[in-house]
Amino acid sequence: MTRSLAPRAFSFSRLAIYSTLLLACALYLIPLIVMLLTSFKSPEDIRTGNLLSWPAVITGIGWIKAWDTVGGYFWNSVKITVPAVVISTLLGALNGYVLSMWRFRGSQLFFGLLLFGCFLPFQTVLLPASFTLGKLGLASTTSGLVLVHIVYGLAFTTLFFRNYYCSVPDALVRAARLDGAGFFTIFGRILLPMSVPIIMVCLIWQFTQIWNDFLFGVVFASGDAQPITVALNNLVNTSTGVKEYNVDMAAAMIAGLPTLLVYVLAGKYFLRGLTAGAVKG
Amino acid sequence: MATLELRNVNKTYGNGLPDTLKHIDLSIESGEFLILVGPSGCGKSTLMNCIAGLEQITGGAILVDDADISGMSPKDRDIAMVFQSYALYPTMNVRDNIAFGLKMRKMPAAAIDEEVARVAKLLQIEHLLTRKPGQLSGGQQQRVAMGRALARRPKIYLFDEPLSNLDAKLRVEMRTEIKLMHQRLKTTTVYVTHDQIEAMTLGDKVAVMKDGLIQQFGTPQQIYNDPANLFVASFIGSPPMNFIPVRLQCKEGRLLAVLDSGQARCELPLGISDAGLETRELILGIRPEQISLAPAVANGLPGIQADVQITEPTGPDLLVFVTLNQTKVCCRLAPDVPTRVGDTLNLQFDPARVLLFDAASGERLGVNVTPRQIGADNVAQFKGR
Amino acid sequence: MSTVATINKASPFDALQRWLPKLVLAPSMLIVLVGFYGYILWTFVLSFTNSSFMPSYKWVGLAQYARLMENDRWWVASKNLLVFGGMFIAISLVIGVLLAVLLDQRIRREGVIRTVYLYPMALSMIVTGTAWKWLLNPGLGLDKMLRDWGWEGFRLDWLVDPDRVVYCLVIAAVWQASGFVMALFLAGLRSVDQSIIRAAQVDGASLPSIYLRIVLPSLRPVFFSALMILAHIAIKSFDLVAAMTAGGPGYASDLPAMFMYSFTFSRGQMGMGSASAILMLGAILSILVPYLYSELRNKRHD
Repeated sequence: MTRSLAPRAFSFSRLAIYSTLLLACALYLIPLIVMLLTSFKSPEDIRTGNLLSWPAVITGIGWIKAWDTVGGYFWNSVKITVPAVVISTLLGALNGYVLSMWRFRGSQLFFGLLLFGCFLPFQTVLLPASFTLGKLGLASTTSGLVLVHIVYGLAFTTLFFRNYYCSVPDALVRAARLDGAGFFTIFGRILLPMSVPIIMVCLIWQFTQIWNDFLFGVVFASGDAQPITVALNNLVNTSTGVKEYNVDMAAAMIAGLPTLLVYVLAGKYFLRGLTAGAVKG
Repeated sequence: MATLELRNVNKTYGNGLPDTLKHIDLSIESGEFLILVGPSGCGKSTLMNCIAGLEQITGGAILVDDADISGMSPKDRDIAMVFQSYALYPTMNVRDNIAFGLKMRKMPAAAIDEEVARVAKLLQIEHLLTRKPGQLSGGQQQRVAMGRALARRPKIYLFDEPLSNLDAKLRVEMRTEIKLMHQRLKTTTVYVTHDQIEAMTLGDKVAVMKDGLIQQFGTPQQIYNDPANLFVASFIGSPPMNFIPVRLQCKEGRLLAVLDSGQARCELPLGISDAGLETRELILGIRPEQISLAPAVANGLPGIQADVQITEPTGPDLLVFVTLNQTKVCCRLAPDVPTRVGDTLNLQFDPARVLLFDAASGERLGVNVTPRQIGADNVAQFKGR
Repeated sequence: MSTVATINKASPFDALQRWLPKLVLAPSMLIVLVGFYGYILWTFVLSFTNSSFMPSYKWVGLAQYARLMENDRWWVASKNLLVFGGMFIAISLVIGVLLAVLLDQRIRREGVIRTVYLYPMALSMIVTGTAWKWLLNPGLGLDKMLRDWGWEGFRLDWLVDPDRVVYCLVIAAVWQASGFVMALFLAGLRSVDQSIIRAAQVDGASLPSIYLRIVLPSLRPVFFSALMILAHIAIKSFDLVAAMTAGGPGYASDLPAMFMYSFTFSRGQMGMGSASAILMLGAILSILVPYLYSELRNKRHD
């Protein structure tokens, strides 16, 4: 009897609570169910049936066509996301380590400046960033997008690690210094091994952020370098030809599956990232 | 085994903040056990960090075996430290925790194993070697933290309030054990604490600190019997020394302190003869155990009658509170004399043990021990007494 | 006073160790100074120039801002942001708080239910937009489904109705973010000191009044962070509009983020686009600064 206020016995109010919660579940799930059902229908089936009608014939044609269209961009997204996530997490860990354990004059000010990056509306940096990418010869390349995602992911990754390391007693670092360990030895041998939870949080956060990004993708990449979100949007919003909703939905599922999978497998860390990234300052 | 000397050490964080350490001069012999004691914020932990090299001093010098180490990095100073929070590496087991410092110093693996085994045996933690710190009790963690320091065989040990996270019973046990260890190893040790019992029981030398200044440096006996000022007198001793505001009278060329219990008066002859003291606000310091019951046969010592207001039997002693000069005064009496609230007791004092302080400056009067300059804020604190 | 000994020179290795923290942080500091603040400044400068398809540095003063103020589409976008943001925030908060409180009643399978509420947050706004665009499709979506189910007179054509299209954005955004608000508040509810609630129960307060008068008021900080995040999502909303309506019909569902993108990158109005970006920054700051100010003030009071 530690947690709750309400008695567990059956009552009308408990019935009402459960009904409301289950109704809400249905409302949250319907779009996903509709997407799945539609993706397995044939175009005629879509016209004759309705959103929640069971497919007359289950067909994978929508998925095949969708993969033909966006499959290449799916791999673009992988090529962008993996290095950007790894590098920005590593940089964030190092920054967090310095900002918590090796503070120096001005490091707090820097942290304040960096934090603002969590709230920065990217519209204010799009133009200069695209000029810079052009100068670097990285315009419309996946490498360019990797760079951009590292730069603008730094605020959050640093915040995660800095807050995590602030809760680690700095006596650990002092003890290690007396034991003769240097800057990187302390980081690698003592702090990183105890950072597994926050590394997970950071990896998942960055993965969902970068995979789901559309703004940077649409501004900095064109043609063959586009990430899947841009490709999906192009597919869905083309006005040429007959709309094939089954293909649209299958493509949307393809774009959404990686993050959904991560969410289902590691929801705990996902939630911690959302709340930590959102609440802590 | 090394001597340690601090010469005029200063530490400031700049930006107009007051100095954290002011003119610290200390020196201890090889193998001595030095206690740094004082209230929180007095600078004792900063001083320890400076000795370890974790913080840089801004003036003066720290000498180990007469060599200046103040510019060296912590790892080159050959100093080991035991932290208040133990600071055990959470992802390493006990063996690796103890071996880490040796590995960093590139000791061969066989020698490391030998050293870990020696330390584990010494501290009786052999059965814990494969456990992680999270699986250990507080007392066990404390032992491992000590083991980590011992394995290094450093010139100097630093202990930063190592017992303050333990429960009362374990604290007493570990205190004895640290003393035993020091007697056996005879390594120079600096020990920071805010606990005056630890200071009295462990130290060869005690430095009482306040506001970044050393108030007094000496043996525990000197600190206890000959406190340099009101602060030291009040900080050391439990129950604390009684401070009674008094006025002096001059009679036949002798100075007398007048005590008044409300029903009786007593004139306490003092062994000092400074002229002009009669006009100053003074404070009489007397420890509870230096007040005793007058024997049936008079022995010539000055005494006074006073009413008992509260009694606190502690077991070995009976603490009795009476009022003298409108101040509550604690007397530590033998528990075998039945005493009840409202009883009138015949109390007497040994004038030779009574101390006299200047109420304005807090300084001790009539002794040669002169403390270092005392900050003006000390004075304010004691004026009210 | 004793002599002050000279402090030994440190070895090169030690000197390096001392500089390492700064060296490690240096690239990030450079990135932040250039990539964040330098670029904001650059955009700020551009907003005072007549840059069109290519950046030019001919100073035109506030002309771009003046043009922006005269631009009907900008006003539609700004008005939409108020409507969209206001409704999105209010509805998400109400739903999120309600679900959190209901979920706090020792519910069986709470973990599963929570997972269901929160999963939309893992999706890209583009996926969300695509899904809801289909659900709200006039003629084939919910519109048809409810008629098929027997509600003959049901019409749902908001997606092509210039007056109502913004509500479609609200629906999709609420679907995506309300579970997140629920999670924030649930975490907040779980951190409320249980002894306060027991004390209130002993005092004879009923369950709803305990929540309304004691528990929820103590979650003020959670409320403000949720508000902050939702406002931030609303102002930055670009992908949702792009996927669902592309700003249409016409520019009826335009939001400032969409406006900025299309003027800067499609219509060759870099100057005006920059001006709109700066105004968006201003909007964020006008929310962020008071928030941070009160946060810091509270912290100092602790």
